[in-house]
Amino acid sequence: MRGDSYLLPNGRVLRYSFRERLVHWLAGVTYVYLLLTGLAFWSPWLFWIAVVLGGATISRELHPWFGIAFAVALGLMYSLWSRQMRGTETDKAWWASVEHYMRNEDEKVPSADRFNPGQKLLFWGFFWNGLLLLLSGLILWFPQQIPWNLRFLRLAAVIVHPVCALLTIALFIIHVYMGTMEQGAFGAVIRGDVSRAWADQHHHSWYEQLLRDSAARK
Amino acid sequence: MSQASTEIVRISGHAGSVPGAGLNREFRVCKLVDTTTCIGCKACEVACLEWNGYTFSETTFDNTYQTMPETAWNYWNLIKFTEYEREDGRLMLLMRKDQCMHCEDPGCLAACPADGAIVQYANGIVDFQQEHCIGCGYCITGCPFNIPKFSPAARKVFKCTLCNDRVARALEPACIKACPTGCLHFGTKAEMKELAETRAAQLRDQSGFPDAGVYDPPGVGGTHVIYVLHDAKNPELYGGLPKDPHIPWTVQLWKKPLKWIGNLAIIGGVLGVFIHYLRFGPKIVKEDEQQSHGGTQ
Repeated sequence: MRGDSYLLPNGRVLRYSFRERLVHWLAGVTYVYLLLTGLAFWSPWLFWIAVVLGGATISRELHPWFGIAFAVALGLMYSLWSRQMRGTETDKAWWASVEHYMRNEDEKVPSADRFNPGQKLLFWGFFWNGLLLLLSGLILWFPQQIPWNLRFLRLAAVIVHPVCALLTIALFIIHVYMGTMEQGAFGAVIRGDVSRAWADQHHHSWYEQLLRDSAARK
Repeated sequence: MSQASTEIVRISGHAGSVPGAGLNREFRVCKLVDTTTCIGCKACEVACLEWNGYTFSETTFDNTYQTMPETAWNYWNLIKFTEYEREDGRLMLLMRKDQCMHCEDPGCLAACPADGAIVQYANGIVDFQQEHCIGCGYCITGCPFNIPKFSPAARKVFKCTLCNDRVARALEPACIKACPTGCLHFGTKAEMKELAETRAAQLRDQSGFPDAGVYDPPGVGGTHVIYVLHDAKNPELYGGLPKDPHIPWTVQLWKKPLKWIGNLAIIGGVLGVFIHYLRFGPKIVKEDEQQSHGGTQ
């Protein structure tokens, strides 16, 4: 999919294809379940979440399976986006002006490609932490299978799993905040399309390329 | 609140205070295992199965007198057998009754996330409440003695109860009842400690075991099962009894500082984006805004 298929006939721009949206929401729904049940196991003060979700025994049974589904979603995201998420020369300049980005002074921020460096950080942060969560989670899934002389694996897993989870929570808070509050962003991942002005403002380089591709085809 | 719950001093995965702590006067109970007079008859193993209602499981022969390699979810009491040749050429047949140590500072309870799945009674017994257990197995990781065992059928974890059901009715634990040599004793912690020290002194002074001593490891706050060992300097000889057991440091790190750093970070993150919204507001698409005010495209 490239070129004209992104510039929709109704004058809007396709931001995320159906497949991308589906994978995003597979990750989103499974992550939220993992987050809620994980928080229930994390703190006695949040144990009620597991009670609300059908009891902590069920939460403990299902949490690993949702983890597998989340890992599958991450794998699919990797196959969809890993190329576009690669770091580029211009990323440094973007990070140097991240304060302007945070202050919504977007005109002072270097133009972004399909994904800006903040989104790249989100992606790779989730990807690598997700991989560590998967590995440590497999150990925590079957602690009784780890023999006594390999117990360092369990002892490492009880640190690695929450630390990586906390790092993803930091990313998740920012992601949800921006995804719901930034004008047009939520529609991009629900219906898939954004306005031309949105594409031009937030992902200028990407939008220019779409226009150039389109012009070249005509 | 049942009578038993007023005797609970610590509850796993519990938010807030412990309802019954400090209400009852209780003796601190203790089991004393004198490894120097154990003959490895395994009457305690059988008594444990009988009292707790488990059938005798298949044994594993490993060229020793040991019934199986380690305790199991339905086999809480195991005589660990070790042949050891001392430097002076003397062959030692070491028998140690392995079971839950009922730590004063229990790693299983510290690691457990399920409210009320593990409790510590005022008499020192650490007991699993399977109706509250969620089967996560964190207790397996928290224990420095390799005691809690997962039952694949029940999907919950089990271990020695120190016959809490018998002790609550003023009976001694089943293993103590069955011991024919008197190497097992049961009483208050103070009494058992005194008896153990007397026996250790006897071994040192009269029996030619200069390193004899009592195993009551301070790293877990002392235990409610204590041993008399011929060689207290090398507890590992006795089927891998840890020399200086502690709650594993990663479990302590996870349950104490990491928890608070994590909680503050999560609250800080949520507050942070909220304050950002108040200060800077959402990102809006500037040209769209112009359009809605009659701008041209």
